[in-house]
This record gives sequence, structure tokens and C-alpha cells, in this order.
Amino acid sequence: MIEVKNVYKSFGDKKVLEDVSAGFYRGKSNFIIGSSGSGKSVLMKCMVGLEQVTDGSILYENRDFTHLDYNAKKEIRKEIGMLFQGTALFDSLTVEQNVEFPIKMFSKMTPAERLDRVNFCLQRVNLSKVNHLYPSALSGGMKKRVGIARAIALNPQYLFCDEPNSGLDPLTSRVIDELIKEITIEFNITTIINTHDMKSVFDMGDNIIFIWQGKKWWEGTRKDIRASGNKELHDFMKAYDIENM
Amino acid sequence: MSFFYHFGRYILFIRGLFSKPEKFWVFRERMFQEMQSIGVGSIGIVTIISVFVGAVTTVQTAYQLVSGLVAKSIIGTIVSDSTMLELAPTITCLVLAGKIGSSIASEIGTMRVTEQIDALEIMGINSANYLVLPKILAGMIVIPMLIIIAIFLGISGGIIAGKMAGILPVEEFMKGARSTFKGFTVFFSCTKAVTFAFIITSVSAFQGFYTHGGALEVGQSSTRAVVYSAVLILFSDYILAQLLL
Repeated sequence: MIEVKNVYKSFGDKKVLEDVSAGFYRGKSNFIIGSSGSGKSVLMKCMVGLEQVTDGSILYENRDFTHLDYNAKKEIRKEIGMLFQGTALFDSLTVEQNVEFPIKMFSKMTPAERLDRVNFCLQRVNLSKVNHLYPSALSGGMKKRVGIARAIALNPQYLFCDEPNSGLDPLTSRVIDELIKEITIEFNITTIINTHDMKSVFDMGDNIIFIWQGKKWWEGTRKDIRASGNKELHDFMKAYDIENM
Repeated sequence: MSFFYHFGRYILFIRGLFSKPEKFWVFRERMFQEMQSIGVGSIGIVTIISVFVGAVTTVQTAYQLVSGLVAKSIIGTIVSDSTMLELAPTITCLVLAGKIGSSIASEIGTMRVTEQIDALEIMGINSANYLVLPKILAGMIVIPMLIIIAIFLGISGGIIAGKMAGILPVEEFMKGARSTFKGFTVFFSCTKAVTFAFIITSVSAFQGFYTHGGALEVGQSSTRAVVYSAVLILFSDYILAQLLL
């Protein structure tokens, strides 16, 4: 479980997050939703350590990530897998080398064992015969799948997905959603998904956090969301035409 | 104030490079790749520049030494000494600042704006150590080698031009070149090469590493890398000449 406790984040005088507290649970798809500029991406960056919180703490199974030194943070980071909005695959490496990269850096596997693990991860995301292609030769959906394969290569405890459906057609979006959901349950990991896609939220949202103007405005499950009575949340859903879904 | 801010950040960046690599064999592999890219990839341009600079220096020196009282062998002395002391290390490194510097800044800058560096950090890898240190060390090893080649080719260009233009015979040129040769001149040239190599690789990597934005900013970082490297090469050239000669 990841706990965010009273997190504040400012850039100069601009307050981006104010007193945000939330829990993200193991084996569940945890969503952070909110409009552009609401602070949800900053919250995710604070959680993975790409941004330092101004105040507050982030606990990974009661280990205070925010106040650990570099080496201790590194140990927690090895338990984190992340799927980036733009996939962040290494351009100069092939698909196989991309997925192999974290294994090569942090495990003592032999080259043959590493190849087995890479092939397992690629098969798990339903990709085959792409080992020797470079990211530039892949479609958007395939890049996302390779990103997921790389993220799960080291059996992470926590999977962060930043806008996993951005730039994908609706059909491919559903495939990626389904894949993330399956992986979450199969490996019993804590998955945190930052998205605008309300269809994903309604399909998978076990735990949903709505961020509004840097504050946690609402928290609940996909079953609670329609009956929440929260005006800003309803406006947000309406804006995404969710009432007709 | 801005100068001190950026200088301080550069110093912190350099300090951050020095940590134990995750896997030494991966580091070694990367360093050999960079040596090939920086060294082998630059031999063509170094050859062209050195030969022509040596040739032009011979012709222009001969043009200035029209007096019959001066032995023609002095042309060999001037060309070889100027090539070793200044032309080979400085001119070659200024050109390499354009070739290697822009390549390093744009490569690392693109990795920054496409979140590839964030991906490394989240995996728990010291991105500066992984990406930049192999480039700096590779540069400091292969650029002095390129300068030695440049010296050889520069003097050869001078000999060829002298013979082809009927200025002086090869034996006369060599007699002049040998008459004042000191081993220290080559040492000084190599000292310059190591210093310039550090400047080119570290300044360019620094510019790329702190790129923010998109394609436009990557281009700007690349331009800054070349300009700052060139200015620092000329500045340190003067400092080294004052200190060592």
C-alpha cells in the first residue's frame, strides 16, 4: 500500500498541491483523475520521487519515501515500474534491449535467463516477433505494450501509469486498460493510473481520487462516483460526455 | 547572478557524476561504445582539417618569409611547432566541439524531453553517471589520440604542400621540424587535448541534461553547448599557455 499524507507542493509562489492525503491499495487499480493543471501529474511525480514534496510524506508499506537518503530511495525505486505518457522507451535500443535493460542493471541473471524473462514479459503483453525492432518502428499501442513489458520486467510491487491511453484509438485503449487490469490482479501489485479517460475509470476504478485545484476533492470507487453529489466531479464527468456512456 | 547559478549547478552536476556504477561491465561497454562514436566517428573530419591546416600554414609561412637571409628549413620549424602547440589541439577541438558537442547535447536533451532520463531515475539508476560519465571518460581518452593523429597529418599536409608547390623539399622541411623539437611540446598538446575533451563533453552533457521543453529547446541547448564549449576552449587555451609555457 502507498499512503500519501498531507502532501504540499509549490513551485515558487504557485501552490500546486495542498494538503493531499490518500491511500493506494495492493491488487487494485487506483486512479488519480482531474482536469489538466489540477496537479495530478505533479502528485504522481512526487510519489515516484521525480519531484520533491514541499511538505508531507509518502509511505511505501510504512517506509517514508520522502525522507529517505538517495540509496534507500533507490531500493524502493527498484520495486517501482512506470509506464510513461510518451512511453519513454530508449530510442537507441531495440524492443528486446529496452525490456532487458532493468534486468541487466539490477539482476544477476545470465544472458539466457534474461532473454527468457524478456520473452515472457513480451508475451504477457501479447507482443511477438518484435524483439529486434526499434521503438521508432512500432505503433503507439505497441510502444505502450513494450512500456508495460519493461515496467513489469523486474516484478515490481508498484506500477505507475501516466495517461496510459493518451494518443491511442478507443479500441487499443481498451486493450491497454485490460492488460493493466490483468497484470494488477495477476501479480497483486499496487497500480496507480493517472488519466483523463473516464471510460477507463468506469471500467477499472477500484479506488478513485479526484484532484481539483490542487486539493483532493473526492475519493471513492466507480460504484460511488455517479451518486457522489460532488458538483466539480460531475462537471468534470459531464465535460467528458460521460453521462451518455 | 545567473552566471553563478549556472556555474554552481554545473559543479553539482559534475559532482553527481561520480558514484559507483550499477554494473561495471555495463559501464565499460558504454564507454567503449562512446569511444567508438567519438573517436572513430571523428577521424574523417580530423583528417580533412589537419591536412589542409598544415598545408595552408606551410604556404602562408613561405609567403611571409621572402628574405633570402632566412633558411627555408625554418618553414618546417614554424609549421611543426605551430601544429603541435596550437593548430592541432585547438582548431581540431573547436571543430570537435561542433561535431561531438552538438551531438551529445541533442542526444541527452532529447532523452530529457521524452522522459527517458526520468525513466532511468525511476528505475533507481543515477542517470548522469550512466549517461554522461562514459562520454566524458571516452572523450578524455580518444580526443588526445585524435590530436596525435591531427599533429601527424598536419605536418604531413605541410610537407606535401611544400613539395607540391615547390616551396621546399621534404628533407629541408624535416630538418627544420627536427631542429627545435621538444618532447614537452607533445606533452603540452596532449594536456590541452585532455582539458578540451573534458570541456566539450561535460559542458555539452550539462546543456543537454537540463533541457526543458521540446524540440526547440533541444536545438537551443545544442547551440549553447557548441558556443560555450568553444569559448571555454579558447579561454583555457590561454590559461594553459600561461601556466605551462
